[in-house]
Amino acid sequence: MSSAFLGMPPFPQAARRALADTQQRRNLAGATRTIRHKRAEVVGELPDWEELREAGRALKERTLRHLDHYLVQLEERVTAAGGQVHWARDAAEANRIVTRLVQETGEREVVKVKSMTTQETGLNRALETAGITAYETDLAELIVQLGDDLPSHILVPAIHRNRAEIRELFRRTMPDAEGVGDDPAELAEAARRYLRQKFLRAKVGISGANFLVAETGTAVVVESEGNGRMCLTLPETLISVVGIEKVVPTWQDLEVYLQLLPRSSTGERMNPYTSTWTGTQDGDGPRGFHLVLLDGGRTDTLADRIGRQTLNCIRCSACLNVCPVYERTGGHAYGSVYPGPIGAVLNPQLRGTGTETDRSLPFASTLCGACYEVCPVKIDIPEVLVHLRARVVEETGGRRHTPTPEAVAMRAARWVFSSPARLSAAQRLAALGSRVVARRGRIARLPGPLAGWTDARDAPAPAGEPFRQWWERTHR
Amino acid sequence: MRTALFITCFNDTMHPATGRAVVTLLERLGCTVDFPAGQTCCGQMHFNTGYQRDCIPLVRRFGEVFAGYDAVVAPSGSCAAMIRHHHARVAEVAGDRGLLEAVRTAPPVYELSEFLVDVLEVTDVGAYFPHRVTYHPTCHSLRMLGVADRPLALLRAVRGIDLVELPDATQCCGFGGTFALKNSDTSVAMGADKVRGVLDSGAEVLCAGDNSCLTHIGGLLSRLRTGVRTMHLAEILAATERTTATEPTTATERTTATGAPSHAVATGGGPR
Amino acid sequence: MSTARDEILARVRAALADVPESERPADVPVKRAYATGGDQPGSAPETVALFTERLADYGATVRTVSSGRAATEVARTLASRGASRLVVPRWFPPAWSAQLAAAGMRSDEPPLSVDELDAVDAVVTTAALAIAETGTLVLDGGPGQGRRAVTLVPDFHLCVLRADQVVASVPQALSRLDPLRPLTFVSGPSATSDIELERVAGVHGPRTLEVLVVR
Repeated sequence: MSSAFLGMPPFPQAARRALADTQQRRNLAGATRTIRHKRAEVVGELPDWEELREAGRALKERTLRHLDHYLVQLEERVTAAGGQVHWARDAAEANRIVTRLVQETGEREVVKVKSMTTQETGLNRALETAGITAYETDLAELIVQLGDDLPSHILVPAIHRNRAEIRELFRRTMPDAEGVGDDPAELAEAARRYLRQKFLRAKVGISGANFLVAETGTAVVVESEGNGRMCLTLPETLISVVGIEKVVPTWQDLEVYLQLLPRSSTGERMNPYTSTWTGTQDGDGPRGFHLVLLDGGRTDTLADRIGRQTLNCIRCSACLNVCPVYERTGGHAYGSVYPGPIGAVLNPQLRGTGTETDRSLPFASTLCGACYEVCPVKIDIPEVLVHLRARVVEETGGRRHTPTPEAVAMRAARWVFSSPARLSAAQRLAALGSRVVARRGRIARLPGPLAGWTDARDAPAPAGEPFRQWWERTHR
Repeated sequence: MRTALFITCFNDTMHPATGRAVVTLLERLGCTVDFPAGQTCCGQMHFNTGYQRDCIPLVRRFGEVFAGYDAVVAPSGSCAAMIRHHHARVAEVAGDRGLLEAVRTAPPVYELSEFLVDVLEVTDVGAYFPHRVTYHPTCHSLRMLGVADRPLALLRAVRGIDLVELPDATQCCGFGGTFALKNSDTSVAMGADKVRGVLDSGAEVLCAGDNSCLTHIGGLLSRLRTGVRTMHLAEILAATERTTATEPTTATERTTATGAPSHAVATGGGPR
Repeated sequence: MSTARDEILARVRAALADVPESERPADVPVKRAYATGGDQPGSAPETVALFTERLADYGATVRTVSSGRAATEVARTLASRGASRLVVPRWFPPAWSAQLAAAGMRSDEPPLSVDELDAVDAVVTTAALAIAETGTLVLDGGPGQGRRAVTLVPDFHLCVLRADQVVASVPQALSRLDPLRPLTFVSGPSATSDIELERVAGVHGPRTLEVLVVR
């Protein structure tokens, strides 16, 4: 995982800082609202959307349940078509393979298509260490790279920046951009000028892939700007780093995903450019094609029967755009290149629950279910969140000699709820206690861990006569 | 048909007026409900916070208490959703076949608006409530139960009501159970936006089918002294011309039931 | 020697311990209940009209012309854009290029260098097919389409296709395409929404896309 995210505080603290960033709050609210509406419109156009979602889910289930079969088939087809397949157990191994492949070409520069997987492995930093410069060519990735910033959204990594901030960045970092204005068209033009010669000179391109077709060995990249086509077509060598879960069984299956992905992602009927290639082609495109297949925690995720569905993800980011938590905290608070609801379930599975940050992520949700509703491959994110919460609680319990205060409270609540008599007694006690702190039925300040509630909210006082008591009095 | 009321532990302890309103309403509609005294809690807090093993006895109790009824009605979308969607999972975690069987054969659990519209087949419950009201569809009632516009259909039929639209109604209010404590900053930020929507709507009453969410939003409305009060759907539907004369009129009074049951009876209509 | 490959495949198999050994991929049910656009004949006038409307939505210019006027329209379109240095890939139908001045035409035979491609004003190609529902052209390097770079580097792309090449839906398109060829799906000119989600047409790929549908 990108080392830049290492040492991020747990979600609640990181979120507190983000919530205080007025500019970011405004940028995010505007951007997510825009894309939510676009998505809703183009999804609403398709009467068979639910059938597509179901097919998208089922195809992933078929793939994942027989992943070994499909990976072997994929490798065979890619190789037969002139490509070379490499396998990487983890991020470090993937970075080593890519670095070696670049070094073998003798080049010191590479152009990159936006790729979540290489963000995940922290490839750019690894290349830098080896003296290789990687140019991000997607506009938003470029903004992040030039600003030495971190991505905060899967589709639009610079969603937290507005036009004025981007103009300042371009003026500061791009040669010949002193006079650039803040109109997005002008900024995009500046990026075009900046990258043009890099594309035309590039000898090595690095990409991810949205899909890999096992049956044919075909790789698919879905994009908008044409930077993808540049990187996939002009260089002599193409290296694609792809997670093992990106495989789909057949060419026909793309008819489902090429409908689901653009509408869910950019809110378009189809994105401007989709490129598909199978191995290498004489006289068209790179002469060398390397496919690096990454595990990086995916097999651990696969082993969990409830968590497995997380691997359905096609990285559309629809769940981010509808998430009320993400909309307010932004992506950095999740401490990973995968933010939002999908990040909250993906990171603790890919990286494990070894850090405070990763343990905090499953709790960074109200379980409102908006993510599940829009997910094009029907990942029941709330279900996985709750499942991971249980894992975190159990692991924490197993690690400590004494139970956490929360665990003690939960056990006490279980004890109370295990008997109506105890519940009645607890109700009497609570009503009694609240008389001390309540004024006109309103509690402005609660003690202990409950103070988090009353910092900004009044709390009601427990009723003097609980319902069960009233029922006893009136209906018996 | 034997119908049981599952009041939920939270309503029982914190919002008994809602329970009284449900009883008043159902009895007015000619439906007799039973309140099995052995009931406690559905286990939602434990389950959603990661203490799945701690809910096993609660799920078992629920099954035992409500076995034999034809239907269970609960004035809470999230508790109804917990029972419908997750009790089976708890039984699975317990690895208890008997419990799984009990969950499978348990009576259907309806959220109040579902019970009224689908089981009793009524949308006009004969209520009278001459106030400007806005409705917040709570997430679990909306997305897990799919109550759709049942609550709104019920509200629209209330005489005297001025029902106004809530901006961004379907966005979560930020309550989220223990999320409200674990991530209180984010929870409050979401709640603040919900409050803005409520204020923009011009409503004097915010209505929903879950008192948990209402406690969160209401806590913010009260802290800010907005004068807007929160009411459970049941309380509005239970109101008639006879009861409106004595109903509470300020935002905080709904919670003043402490030691003053006679006052709080107002929205519930009182015993027969 | 335990290679990464063997180890990953072993991990996958271990992770799938719950999948019965007798289960085959086809045993996992996949319901394809979605629409395939099967009943719409490719050349129906409504299909072409929908294609025109949807592609125009992305900021491309799309016009329908009669076959008799195709050559004239091709020449006029290029002239109106001030495009005199052209790449016209091999086997572009002569009937459509008849009125182009031979002087400015390059065929990409032998392949032009990237700099040479960068120096031309426009590229004129055919397409493998088009998809009405999504307003998409698909290029597969077939006759008149050239390799991928020729439709990428020049700043103006004029694409000419026959009305009967327009299919209704994505499923119809995929069943007609050969995955072993390098394919490019083009839905409008290059674009970005990376700044405040505001769509800007024209980034790295051709900034202008014009399409003539020949009836």
